[in-house]
Amino acid sequence: MSKKLRVATTSLAGCFGCHMSLLDIDERLFPLLDLIEFDRSPLTDIKHCGPCDIGIIEGGVCNAENVHVLREFRKNCKILIAIGACAVTGGLPAQRNHLDLGSCLTEVYLTEPGLAHGHIPNDPELPLPLDKVHPLHEVVKIDYFIPGCPPSGDAIWKFLTDLIAGRTPELGHGLIKYD
Amino acid sequence: MSDTFQLDGTSVPFEAGQTVMQAALAGGRYIPHLCYHPEFKPHGSCKVCTVKINGRTMASCTMPAEAGLEVESNIEELNGLRRTLVQMLFVEGNHFCPSCEASGNCQLQATAYALQVMTPHYNQFFPDRPLDASHPDILLDFNRCILCELCVCASSEVDGKNVFGLSGRGITKHLIVNAESGLLKDTDMALTDKAMQVCPVGVILEKGKGFSVPIGERRYDQRPVSAQALDDAPRQADASGSCAVCEGSS
Repeated sequence: MSKKLRVATTSLAGCFGCHMSLLDIDERLFPLLDLIEFDRSPLTDIKHCGPCDIGIIEGGVCNAENVHVLREFRKNCKILIAIGACAVTGGLPAQRNHLDLGSCLTEVYLTEPGLAHGHIPNDPELPLPLDKVHPLHEVVKIDYFIPGCPPSGDAIWKFLTDLIAGRTPELGHGLIKYD
Repeated sequence: MSDTFQLDGTSVPFEAGQTVMQAALAGGRYIPHLCYHPEFKPHGSCKVCTVKINGRTMASCTMPAEAGLEVESNIEELNGLRRTLVQMLFVEGNHFCPSCEASGNCQLQATAYALQVMTPHYNQFFPDRPLDASHPDILLDFNRCILCELCVCASSEVDGKNVFGLSGRGITKHLIVNAESGLLKDTDMALTDKAMQVCPVGVILEKGKGFSVPIGERRYDQRPVSAQALDDAPRQADASGSCAVCEGSS
């Protein structure tokens, strides 16, 4: 049997919905695991990415840590896939992009009615938010995109099996969707 | 007996006065399009329907059909250009499909699916476009406007109200409401207007009715835009752009 492909996954400014959708391929996980093994991923709890064949990233880039993780993936993965609306377009977190970040934080933590003695979080362990939320392709080169919020398990299965088999991944009607 | 032209190597019959688009749709052949609507006079602004006719690129919605034309449409060169146009429309506005109540019924989205647009490709503009929620029954979400002008045409030609217009030029071009206040509440727009029905995206919305059709049963869930466009074709206009359906209702 040929060597298994090494796959890393992570969620940046995402909700883990795309990872849940990956698990939605259900029993097809078994044939998938005959072909791949996981490196860094919420499924393995490995903290840093080693050399991989495929990196799958959910969520956009909203803070400094996201940039570091994304660059780690790009450095280590031969093929990088943006999965889901947030990774592909910025998605829900990017809905703050037409607003000033300072006034967002002020409203959420200081002036919102019902907040007593609130303050804007400033723990040094918290990554600094970026001025704007970016889709992945605005920060590093992305090789493939799987849109959807989230893409269905069937779409992910079709895409990965096409890719692993060496075919150009293609999502037909019903599998390609943005919502 | 009607004449024919060649579309991607097969014959398409046409009646005198039909455009290439009208004849193609009437003959069961889909050419991707956004600003073309069978009930209105085409104005060729979105360019998504661009085809090659005898080697030159033309908007098929405005090009009169002629006997013997050699029309190329479904070729990778043109589909690549169409993909680019659609991607630019996506990044210029705020098209956040997961929260849009037009999702699944949206012609821009369905056309992007058909063209296999997997990524916006360009950097997003994320423009600031406030909503107009002033009208008691109707919400305007300008974030999604693709400047097709169908609401402008419907409101002036069918409703006789001139509620909408386009203002500005180039990248600053935008949809406006023709009222001194600029607000929809100060117009005589009503839910029964034709302008309520023609938006190909999710700009003009009826309040209190969002997400009424479940996912899986929406317009483009079952069948792709190519099949839906052909269904819509029989109610097409005559060559002058006037339409018996609209004129009967106005």
